[in-house]
Amino acid sequence: MAILEVRDLHKSFGKNHVLKGISFDLEKGQVMSVIGSSGSGKTTLLRCINFLETADSGKITVAGDVLFDSDSKTKISEKERRNKQLKIGLVFQQFNLFPQYNVLDNVTLVPRLRAKERDDYKTNRKAIVEQIESEAKALLEKLGLSEKLENYPCELSGGQKQRVSIARALALKPEVLFFDEPTSALDPELTGEVLKVIRDLAKEKMTMVIVTHEMSFARDVSDYVIFMNNGTVLEQGTPEDVINNPKNERTKAFLMKVNG
Amino acid sequence: MVQIIHQFPTVFNALNVGFLQTLKLFLVTLAGAIPLGLIISFGSKSKFKPLSALVKTVVWIIRGSPLMIQLLIIYYMPGLVFDNNIWGGGEQGRFIASCVAFIINYACYFSEIFRGGIQSIPVGQYEAGQVLGMTKGQTFFRVVLLQVVKNIVPPMSNEIITLVKDTSLARIISMQEIIWAGQAFMKGSHGISGAIWPLFFTAVYYLAFSGILTVAFGKLEKKLSYFHE
Ligand SMILES: Nc1ncnc2c1ncn2[C@@H]1O[C@H](COP(=O)(O)OP(=O)(O)OP(=O)(O)O)[C@@H](O)[C@H]1O
Ligand SMILES: [Mg+2]
Repeated sequence: MAILEVRDLHKSFGKNHVLKGISFDLEKGQVMSVIGSSGSGKTTLLRCINFLETADSGKITVAGDVLFDSDSKTKISEKERRNKQLKIGLVFQQFNLFPQYNVLDNVTLVPRLRAKERDDYKTNRKAIVEQIESEAKALLEKLGLSEKLENYPCELSGGQKQRVSIARALALKPEVLFFDEPTSALDPELTGEVLKVIRDLAKEKMTMVIVTHEMSFARDVSDYVIFMNNGTVLEQGTPEDVINNPKNERTKAFLMKVNG
Repeated sequence: MVQIIHQFPTVFNALNVGFLQTLKLFLVTLAGAIPLGLIISFGSKSKFKPLSALVKTVVWIIRGSPLMIQLLIIYYMPGLVFDNNIWGGGEQGRFIASCVAFIINYACYFSEIFRGGIQSIPVGQYEAGQVLGMTKGQTFFRVVLLQVVKNIVPPMSNEIITLVKDTSLARIISMQEIIWAGQAFMKGSHGISGAIWPLFFTAVYYLAFSGILTVAFGKLEKKLSYFHE
């Protein structure tokens, strides 16, 4: 069974029908890239899956847990929504780090808040906090940030900020991690370090969905590619099929444009 | 000059009593206007249009008219217009009426500062909190609040230093604050009359007080300068 199932997702903003029935499956440990021209609905798709927008209709399932189902009449509570939210993670184009916390605290803030809800928190507090910190440090070390634990976001380069925000998302151990153009806000010379981190995660079989304009990266890293056009999935398949041998005229035109 | 040195202990004592009243008005105004200002700022952002329109109108009236007139209306209107002087005659009544007028007036100014401070937080901060599974309360208190505080310290410090000087407006309804105490030595008080220097000397108190506040706010601003967006 696929770890992420999206079925016939629709979303309109007023009269603007942005998602016109998006469906796909993603297997555990696989990487899917979402490509397509500006305004085709890629960000909206990610935002609908991550509860930042509410889809008008369709169904989203992660690891057997229904995140969204327009046919179901029962409304989910805020607490349920938060628990479902933790199955998925989202890395923003603009990082959205918390400026008043240093790098380590950005990563440990939410794990520490959640630990407070544990029954054994009062008795085991010290051990729990130490555990959270050492996990966060290990994660940051893996992403090449062990020198920066005490630094504040305003003291980091764009590439470092984005790596911290990836660490912050990974610290919650999501089943699927989503990226919305993770390198678009970076200077060209800084994109490499972020893409490398994502490649490494792919090698470790992290399940990921990546919206990207970096075609060679999408080709290398993904198992599956979908090409979105005007709110629909126009073409999907392996990178070999979609990026190297596109069938659809629009896909071809799009790839011509981004490849210059 | 010799005379001033002679009069100084008496005047100093009387001015201290007046300044204590000034200080009380200042502190009560802050304690009341900050929470009320927050409520007003939420009210003016309300999705319920009649409420936000009402709140905006009140804020416009209060900010658009002199505090001195508001003081006079609040103090005299109940007695002279409605024949029911809820404030009573004494200093206690004048003090409470002054507090009410100052709290309402300053809450309206503060509310605009709070509104601006909250609006200046990028929506991405709220979205990051949500995506990480934080509750709305956690996002507000752990993520947004300190950033709002940092943003509003400079305008709030301006407003609060203005409040120090504005307290003297309570003189208009004869609340016995420091100006009133200084002026009393002209007509005659504590066996001294015809002395104008005590009134001029009150300025020293205002200068010292606003000086202390300026330094304190400067420190706070510096303390919060370790981060920015
Ligand atoms: N909150 C919103 N309110 C109204 N319209 C919106 C909103 N968000 C997106 N849209 C519209 O939805 C359409 C798709 O936008 P979206 O951001 O999903 O595109 P995208 O594929 O991510 O584009 P890009 O490559 O430029 O990031 C656009 O026409 C956009 O104007
Ligand atoms: Mg986008």
